Amino acid sequence: MSEVPPITPDVVRHLAGLSRIALTEPEIEKLTGELGIIIASIEKVSEVATADVPGTSHPIALTNVYRNDVPGRTLTNAEALAGAPDHDGSRFRVTAILGEEQ
Amino acid sequence: MPTSLTTLSAADLATKLAAGEVSSVEITQAHLDRIEAVDADVHAFLHINEKALETAATIDGQRKAGDKLGPLAGVPIAIKDVLCTLGMPSTAGSRILEGWIPPYDATVVARLRAAGLVPLGKTNMDEFAMGSSTEFSAYGTTHNPWDLDRIPGGSGGGSAAAVAAFEAPIALGSDTGGSIRQPAAVTGSVGVKPTYGGVSRYGAIALASSLDQVGPVSRTVLDAALVHDVIGGWDPRDSTSLKDEWPSFADAARAGARQESLRGLRIGVVKELDAPGFQPGVTQRFHEALALLEGAGAEIVEVSAPNFEYAVAAYYLILPAEASSNLAKFDSVRFGMRVNPVGGGTVEDVMAATREAGFGPEVKRRVILGTYALSAGYYDAYYGSAQKVRTLIQRDFAAAFSQADVLVSPAAPTTAFKIGEKVEDPLAMYLNDVTTIPANLAGIPGMGLPMGLAPEDGLPTGIQIMAPARADDRLYKLGATLERLLEEKWGHTLLSQAPTL
Repeated sequence: MSEVPPITPDVVRHLAGLSRIALTEPEIEKLTGELGIIIASIEKVSEVATADVPGTSHPIALTNVYRNDVPGRTLTNAEALAGAPDHDGSRFRVTAILGEEQ
Repeated sequence: MPTSLTTLSAADLATKLAAGEVSSVEITQAHLDRIEAVDADVHAFLHINEKALETAATIDGQRKAGDKLGPLAGVPIAIKDVLCTLGMPSTAGSRILEGWIPPYDATVVARLRAAGLVPLGKTNMDEFAMGSSTEFSAYGTTHNPWDLDRIPGGSGGGSAAAVAAFEAPIALGSDTGGSIRQPAAVTGSVGVKPTYGGVSRYGAIALASSLDQVGPVSRTVLDAALVHDVIGGWDPRDSTSLKDEWPSFADAARAGARQESLRGLRIGVVKELDAPGFQPGVTQRFHEALALLEGAGAEIVEVSAPNFEYAVAAYYLILPAEASSNLAKFDSVRFGMRVNPVGGGTVEDVMAATREAGFGPEVKRRVILGTYALSAGYYDAYYGSAQKVRTLIQRDFAAAFSQADVLVSPAAPTTAFKIGEKVEDPLAMYLNDVTTIPANLAGIPGMGLPMGLAPEDGLPTGIQIMAPARADDRLYKLGATLERLLEEKWGHTLLSQAPTL
């Protein structure tokens, strides 16, 4: 396996940003230690994952499935909005998409 | 004490219903009473269906009118909270979905309703099915009916505890790495993970899409088979669903229960899953079960699966990777919780604040781990390698099934551990699934069923039976034979020995 840099608080902070989770500093500290231990134990996959072994993404081989292009029953607007935290009666309502610097 | 109606199997309840000896309303009421009496201690349920009696009365009316009803019509069933249900909250054990009522039924739930089963309510689980103990539920831990200080397994501990505590005769679960079979083992119940694609996952809140499978939870092998017959089969709404014509699993279970001899059956013992590190009472009961099977004529052969050693590691790369992607949908826009950060912010800020407040510790751990495993630069080393291990494990199974018709192992390495014992040690928790994970990685079916109480602690142990992909009937056939042999030897069912709640 290529050299993997150690898990540091900065790495966890970066991953939390990618994952869209606003972790607190104590959580980042705790996860830094835990992830280091977990990753050390799962790195062993590389011992047997040699170049001649093909990967398996799916346990039972399937081909893509297309259905006939006919309208089916879909959710009504009201049904689709029923679980939303905020909506205007016909659309999901969210706050600003772009920040000021964008 | 459970009443006679709550101790009966689903098959026996169905017989009484068909004979007109008892109504679905009476059966449903008996189970609701039992839930009322014991669930404050067990906490198997997150929600009770207010319409259960109404549904039961409708089925009773249909029966009176002479309508043609399915074999389990009128029998109550509990549903794991990972499955979407019209009219009942579906939280997957997460705060982020608190109170969310889906606008559609999961296909398996729709099939239950169409077959006349009566949904009793939703059962507790580790958040998004991430865990082996239900301790990661956002709504409190479920307690093992055998010892309320111990875990009921996970993630489907609620469904297993519900049947083991006689709160429901049958239940639905989901199994990504053992979440049906490991709870069965530690609660003395039965659970089946079908062949990948054998049961629709439409409306099952996805954890890891290449591993997840929905399946039955019960107290008897026949009951699991009856449920499987109702929920199984192709669903055009699930593109991974198999188009196979499946045999009747109930017929397979009945044939197995009648079968006197196992002559001609080759049972493979996976050497790597008969590990010296397992609890002694688990290993002892496992070898006694093997002797019983051999005495009935089966040929026991040892098989080796050298790459199983890498299964847990591969699983904890593949699962977090897929989960981090699947859980991206919890974005505070279309459903579930929204938390607005102090001082406002963009959609991204709202999303991050919501996920911080809505996800529990294990979910955060695995989402971050999955994001790491999928990062540019590490993808080949981690996710790519894990996928190769998956190939090697499939090859190990192919070699093993060339020597044996079915494979067996303990279904869990230990009996139920104490609540709190492993909650701060993720690695120790992950190793609970060492015996069950290989089947998920290969997509093959597996069953967990009781094999006796461990002498050292008097708690249930479970055996796992595995069969080649699409040969789920072999699980039911052998499972029913073994169940009968064990109960003849004991002189009773295992669950009849559980302490009074």
